[in-house]
Amino acid sequence: MNKLVCAAAALALTVTVAEAATKVGMITTLSGGGAGLGIDVRDGFMLAIKQSGRDDIEVVIEDDQQKPDIAVQLSDKMIQSEKVDVLTGIIWSNLAMAVVPAATGQGVFYLSPNAGPSQLAGAGCSPLYFNVAWQNDNLHEAAGAWANQTGYQNSFILAPNYPAGKDALTGYKRMYEGGLAGELYTELGQTDYAAEIAQIRASGADSVFFFLPGGMGISFLKQYADSGVDLPVIGPAFSFDQGILQAVGAAALGVVNTSQWSKDIDNETNKAFVETFQAEYGRLPSLYASQGFDTANLLISALDKAEPADKEAFQAALEEADFSSTRGDFEFGPNHHPIQDIYAREVIQEGDVFTNKIIGVALEDHADAYAADCKM
Amino acid sequence: MSAVLVIEQVLNGLQAGVMLFLMAAGLTLIFGVMGLINLAHGSLYMVGAFAAAAVSAATGSFLLGLVSALAAAALAGAVVEMLVIRRLYASDHLDQVLATFALILIFSEGTRWLYGSFPLYLDIPAWLSGPTRLPGGILYPTYRLALIAVGLVVALGLWVLIERTRLGIRIRAGENDREMIAALGVDISRLYTLIFALGAALAGLAGALVGAIQSVQVGMGEPVLILAFVVIVIGGIGSIRGAFVGALLVGLTDTLGGIFLPELFKFFTDPATAQSVGASLASMSIYILMSLVLIWRPTGLFGARA
Repeated sequence: MNKLVCAAAALALTVTVAEAATKVGMITTLSGGGAGLGIDVRDGFMLAIKQSGRDDIEVVIEDDQQKPDIAVQLSDKMIQSEKVDVLTGIIWSNLAMAVVPAATGQGVFYLSPNAGPSQLAGAGCSPLYFNVAWQNDNLHEAAGAWANQTGYQNSFILAPNYPAGKDALTGYKRMYEGGLAGELYTELGQTDYAAEIAQIRASGADSVFFFLPGGMGISFLKQYADSGVDLPVIGPAFSFDQGILQAVGAAALGVVNTSQWSKDIDNETNKAFVETFQAEYGRLPSLYASQGFDTANLLISALDKAEPADKEAFQAALEEADFSSTRGDFEFGPNHHPIQDIYAREVIQEGDVFTNKIIGVALEDHADAYAADCKM
Repeated sequence: MSAVLVIEQVLNGLQAGVMLFLMAAGLTLIFGVMGLINLAHGSLYMVGAFAAAAVSAATGSFLLGLVSALAAAALAGAVVEMLVIRRLYASDHLDQVLATFALILIFSEGTRWLYGSFPLYLDIPAWLSGPTRLPGGILYPTYRLALIAVGLVVALGLWVLIERTRLGIRIRAGENDREMIAALGVDISRLYTLIFALGAALAGLAGALVGAIQSVQVGMGEPVLILAFVVIVIGGIGSIRGAFVGALLVGLTDTLGGIFLPELFKFFTDPATAQSVGASLASMSIYILMSLVLIWRPTGLFGARA
């Protein structure tokens, strides 16, 4: 169904902008359990394109079904037969690793609205690759820093057993200065956390850090709230984004989470973004939507200055990051990853909607730990 | 490792086991009686969870949600049996796998079309939330105790149904010799629809009960389906008693393996290695259990047929 709608949308675009100067390929997840993220990125991206009023940008949208092999097929098709100038859209790090090096190797620009695996920030960086969201470790590092600021001494930390889960615990430990009451890797896609919660109860920890994206986080938080363990919980924004919070409900109230974006960041761009997104789609935007929106605006700002065909000029135009971000200050580091503030947010209830409120800055003008390994 | 932690983990294993039983019971009945591999059983689990979430959000009553989960899953099961499955009894297993896999995709995208891509909210009712203090000072979530109780009651009910009622006699007869009971004048196609709907209702009930402590989202049924297949292979295909014993074995092995294997390896190696080796072995433990059972008894613990 989604595929149909997208195909129709893409078709409509093709028809109305027959003489599109720039072709953008978006490969993102629009079906399956992770579809919420891709849909938010797509909607944020398309909102910015629409607001720009430009009819010389054609966006081709395809669903990768969260499968690396499909993503590779789609990128081959987009590069070779659609002849796109710029690729974007991938949500998951394993898919990004399968697509990005090959795409940049063929001379196509890639703007990442989400995934930021450490390999692409360090030794595997590319002049044509830009990450507009974060390097994977960033939000976890901010959680570690916030734990220090709050005075936690003995955290119990857990994440799923896959690359991004390991990055998460590494990121937390890079900043966190206290001791560890326990460290656990759970199965990817696990839905029952009773055994882990029993271990947390028995561990004598003073706080819990977890990275469990998507449905895993919903399950964990509901079970945790019901278990009678009342240690403070901290985590990255992925388990507390706007799409998920409504499903967690009151169990998430008061939880602190770290994010580079929040709907209450006080600047004109962000206010307008939250308002227009809500008007357009009838729901509050998530951090993924803000990342899609910023990615599109970055692209538009660079197109104002140069053509993608002129690689050096277009790369320089992207490096300037001359657009007004929903995050306020935004600039790229030497490895084309953001240098930005990361906030601590608390889950609150506004009327009958659960959402986040900024309670402080966890890390200011934070860059990633891999920039030194990047030789462009 | 304290006794309290061990008892708590045994309870967790039991709870996981009885919920698996609800899934596996329907699967094993359908496989045993009709000889049909139904990959879409996980979708019926999801249908139950979504129905419960939608109805309890609209009415505010968790119990009404449960009732509607049973009804919706049974209805979906009956409709699917009459429209699709009925044509597959004579086909070989590959056709059945293909067709029921298509059903998974149809159910998933249909659900997304109806409810959107974001997970739904379904919570424990207030009267079952929070922990209960058990003898010995163990704090255990009340809702999980309720799940164990519901699972045991359903298991007992199924036993009575199969062993003590006329319908049960027909089901057992259908398992043994379907041509013969058809020749004896039993309306076999109605019996099949009924069994399919019963299995679907149990899956829907499990989905609704578990959905309240997990996330109600598209695709939630497939991981459980894999475990349920492991259960019926261990228990012996077609055997309700086998499904019960198999489900408890799988639930307990899965939960306790994750806790004790890393501890066990700490006797031999350093803690970090023990943790990683133990954790990887733990995630394999139910499949190791399955292989051991199959080596010992190739038809499963209570399986009659090869």
